[in-house]
Amino acid sequence: MSLDTLPRATRNSHRRDRPPGRRWRSRVDVKAMPYALVSPYFILFAAFGLFPLAFTLYYSLYDYDLAGTVEWAGLDNYSALLGDDDFWRAVVNTVGMFILATVPQMILALFLANALNKRFRLRLAIRMSVLLPLVTSVVAVAVVFTQLYARDWGLVNWILSLFGVDPYNWRAERIPSWIAIATMVDWRWTGYNAIIFLAGMQTIPRDLYEAASIDGASRRRQFWQVTLPMLRPTMIFVVLNSTIGGLTLFSEPMTFYNGNPDGGSQGQFQTVAMFVYKEAFREFDYGYASAAAWLLFLLILIGAAINFLFVRRIGGTK
Amino acid sequence: MMISKRRGSLTAASVLAAAALTVASCGSGSTPEASAPASSAAAEPITIRVQTFGGGSNFGYEKAVAKWNAEHKDIQIKHENLTDQFEQQYWPQMIQWLQAGNGAGDVVGIDEGGMGLAKAHPEWWADLKEYGLESRKADFPAWKWETGVTADGKVFGLGTDIGGMSICYRSDLFKKAGLPTERDKVSALWPTWDEFMKVGQQFQSKVKDTKWADGTNTLYQVVLYQEAAKNGNVAYFDAQNTLIVDKNPAVKTAFDFAQKMTQQGLTAKLRNFTDEWAAGTQKGAFATLGCPSWMLGVVSGNAGDGGAGKWDVASVPGGGGNWGGSWVAVPKQTKHPKEAAMVADYLTQAETEASIFSDFGNMPSNTKAQQDPAVQGAKNEFFNDAPIGEIFAKSAASLQPVFLGVKHAQVKNAVESVIQGMDDGSVAHDKAWQQLIDDAVKAAG
Repeated sequence: MSLDTLPRATRNSHRRDRPPGRRWRSRVDVKAMPYALVSPYFILFAAFGLFPLAFTLYYSLYDYDLAGTVEWAGLDNYSALLGDDDFWRAVVNTVGMFILATVPQMILALFLANALNKRFRLRLAIRMSVLLPLVTSVVAVAVVFTQLYARDWGLVNWILSLFGVDPYNWRAERIPSWIAIATMVDWRWTGYNAIIFLAGMQTIPRDLYEAASIDGASRRRQFWQVTLPMLRPTMIFVVLNSTIGGLTLFSEPMTFYNGNPDGGSQGQFQTVAMFVYKEAFREFDYGYASAAAWLLFLLILIGAAINFLFVRRIGGTK
Repeated sequence: MMISKRRGSLTAASVLAAAALTVASCGSGSTPEASAPASSAAAEPITIRVQTFGGGSNFGYEKAVAKWNAEHKDIQIKHENLTDQFEQQYWPQMIQWLQAGNGAGDVVGIDEGGMGLAKAHPEWWADLKEYGLESRKADFPAWKWETGVTADGKVFGLGTDIGGMSICYRSDLFKKAGLPTERDKVSALWPTWDEFMKVGQQFQSKVKDTKWADGTNTLYQVVLYQEAAKNGNVAYFDAQNTLIVDKNPAVKTAFDFAQKMTQQGLTAKLRNFTDEWAAGTQKGAFATLGCPSWMLGVVSGNAGDGGAGKWDVASVPGGGGNWGGSWVAVPKQTKHPKEAAMVADYLTQAETEASIFSDFGNMPSNTKAQQDPAVQGAKNEFFNDAPIGEIFAKSAASLQPVFLGVKHAQVKNAVESVIQGMDDGSVAHDKAWQQLIDDAVKAAG
């Protein structure tokens, strides 16, 4: 603050000497420039966020065939969706895969972060390395996992066979297909979340731990009673992020079935995002797909709200 | 390549929807090569992009394109095979490009399943009559020509290949099972489909790790087209474009056959044109599959050089039929319609189609090529020097086209999914037929 006063005084004295044109320009500079500088985000958001939202909302009220006609339909698309078994199957798949992927992922990321938060050799290198899976492209990950989970010559089935387990047809059976896709998601995102948890952990003041250890709290006790409650804001962020990512899951299950939005012969692992894609870009039912996209939006809001309430309770609210 | 461009978020899907419809200059999810290079400098050659689909050697254009490019310095062909799958990937993407007015190649391949819709949209296509190609009419059977002409008389598609039927089989595995390996004797094993299944059980009792057939689908298609020829040459739609899945006996017969195959455990449960199916071709997961002429190139492409001599071709139980066959068309959006028409003309000439047949097996639809002694006497090296000319060319003249409706591609995918589901166990056998009808109605709706 005190540093500011001196330059400002000199600046003001300069301003008095300036011709009016320059004064006007400097006013523009002060008033408009900040808006101009932040505008790229808002322009992009308007073009790629707001506009599509409004566009899909508008066309969700129409019977809109890409290779055909556009007719007013009112809420018909929504009522048809609510009675569409395929849509509900996609919802169940999405939520199922979300839970299968997110719960182990959060727990794993938390313990990984805790481990990385200690002192050890090559700490930076190891911390960086947990981010590596994130750098690989989703499709590359999915292609490799698709091979691992191949029915006839896949590594996973081979390992299972060593324990006398009959080979799974990972693309034909519902729960196994969910597990396969959940492992893909976890492979990619666990490290990312661990790093965010780690960053959160490092903002926790050391004196809290010191006080706890003076009070005789064990390392484990410190984790549960100090680290976890202090991490809550980070956790809310991570969980909301995972909710949005998990409920819009698309690339992994798409690649798992040769890039088809069917998600298995009978939609065993078709997610809502794939359902939207299929309706829009294969059946060319844009209105129907738009309505499904809006229901997905609602689903994410509900999911986020539930998770928010749930996470707020973690570690107790004292 | 489609997948990598599309992140699965709500926003991405909506952006794509918006992009496809409003921003004509960036056709949705368009691949980098999708924007035609503008030939600003006069000296620069014109590039004609030819887009096709299919597994293995697909349209078999590799050598034909190299030949053209060597002879025409001013017009260069760039051939892109976009994907293995027509109904699920290629055609939906193509429709988006055609509708958006941007993104499609200068010459595009269309499978028979898409021709109904293509014909219903004359505004998508350049009229090849304007480039003097009406003269090609005499080169093709009437039905092949007529399918490429719209209701208002616009010539948009030139015939590439036709179906014809055969069974591809692994002669090395037949030997292992103590079956005859020589193709005439193999053909004699199965005059009917029931006998085909009986031989299959015999085979599987001897060779443990290999299933008799690849899946339900290739053979289902073969039977469907055979039966369609007996039922007025219609499949899922009648000539008025009404859905007749539940009424056409051809569909039920083919379905019943597929069900029997899977109930008897004769399939490797692989869906054709998937990666696992391609791997299965190479690794001997199955001993037979339904092979229209164009499938030969797919099999040899998937099996790789290691498969040469192991595969052979026999005749199909229960007589001929026509599965598949394609056309090439010139989209209206092309910047070089004249040159594109020249390329389409070249790709469907008798000499081109004849050489594709001898190299890859795609049976020419060009009647002059069919009558070419080189075609009639052609042998396929990969398939143990099978006389494919004799097997396919002789029946070519008598092939009947099956009428496919505007929504055939969607219904076909729905029906195949149920049959595949029955095979992989996700659809109960007793409920499969009803579900097939329900899903077909939904897909046609």
